[in-house]
Amino acid sequence: MILSLDDIAKQYEGKPVLRRCSFTFERRGIHVLMGSNGSGKSTLLRIMALLEAPDSGAVLYRQPDRILAQDLDLRRRITLVLSRTGVFNTTVFRNVAYGLKIRGIHSAYLEERVVKALGQVGLDGQRDQRALTLSSGETQRLGLARALVIEPDILFLDEPTASIDDENTAIIESIILGLKNEKRTMVVMTTHDKDQAERLADRLIMLKNGVLEAVK
Amino acid sequence: MTALLDGFLQALQLILRLDRQLVEIILLSLEVSGLALAIATLVGLPLGALLGLRRFPGKDLVVSSVNTLMGLPPVVVGLFLYLLLSRKGTLGFLGLLYTPSAMIIAQTILALPIVIALCHAAIVAVDPLLHQAARTLGATKRQLTITIINEARYGILSAVIAAFGRVAAEVGSILIVGGNIAGYTRVMTTTIALETDKGNFELALALGIILLLLSFLVNALLHFVQQRGLTGRP
Repeated sequence: MILSLDDIAKQYEGKPVLRRCSFTFERRGIHVLMGSNGSGKSTLLRIMALLEAPDSGAVLYRQPDRILAQDLDLRRRITLVLSRTGVFNTTVFRNVAYGLKIRGIHSAYLEERVVKALGQVGLDGQRDQRALTLSSGETQRLGLARALVIEPDILFLDEPTASIDDENTAIIESIILGLKNEKRTMVVMTTHDKDQAERLADRLIMLKNGVLEAVK
Repeated sequence: MTALLDGFLQALQLILRLDRQLVEIILLSLEVSGLALAIATLVGLPLGALLGLRRFPGKDLVVSSVNTLMGLPPVVVGLFLYLLLSRKGTLGFLGLLYTPSAMIIAQTILALPIVIALCHAAIVAVDPLLHQAARTLGATKRQLTITIINEARYGILSAVIAAFGRVAAEVGSILIVGGNIAGYTRVMTTTIALETDKGNFELALALGIILLLLSFLVNALLHFVQQRGLTGRP
């Protein structure tokens, strides 16, 4: 799947945040979007994930031969993990199973995929624990597991390690690198950590003064 | 003091030997309040969810009005309902005055604003991050609504329990529209009022004890539900 941004602009309360952002994400791998605080990275990510509409311009999802309709089917092929994960008031297992259940997947296949996702993020020992009792690092990993279980074509990550400790940061970075090796999912993530961007990025993109520019 | 003690002991005897009249009154009370609560929940939960999840013009005014109606005086409800249901009233042809149905309607009117307002409060209290999480994971509008209602389940249950507490202890409206007819519309609260007037304290006290026990049970259940919600047990 190819994601194209065509002249995206967005402003809040009269203040322009994004102006004429154009870019094409077409290769699998890890695309890291960098920019200073308030530069509009999260806004752009939300627009790309179809959670917010731009004031002008277009977000286009394409296969090589056609433009995809922005319907439920497409929305279910992409997902965004926010910098703060909100967890459902139930077990870790049921939190991860949520995305599959709303897709009508049940029974043994659901269990198999949830167990696999929990293993990927190292939460397999906590499957029956109440999600609200997890630490912030574990909660972020839970958010990632919830996204991984639905096997998205594009995974958007908004500052995935912004508010967690070094140990959990290392775990999450290794999960992201693992996705690159699986070559199934395109990752588009934001970070303000230059070192992290260097460690992870196949392609580094800067968002400066509301405009995107590839630097690697 | 001796009279009170005697009355109390006789009341306990009535309870212990499961006096037929006492049991009938308790069962009718539970039936009237239970049905009123069921109707109020069936109508009030969707309305509370609608208020909590949808935006529409005049929503703030609706929320303020519902909150105000939570303090609706039962006697005023009884009076208006009486005027509607009396023979000369608009709904007089239904012949509902002085029937358990009229009492159920009165208690439903009292319970409904409580269910709507507290369900609305429970739904808007759900973390906005969960709305976003459900959307990012591909939930449809309907699935999102169900998810948010499910997340608000402890608050919703608290709303239902609080409404039950309100209607079970209410006397003003059901006395007016029920008429306190023995064996037909006489419930715990109206019996207490009548028997006290007659100086027949043992039955009034027995029902008072039951009502207090019921109130304690409702509050204990409310506390338990709220604790579960706070600790987030699945």
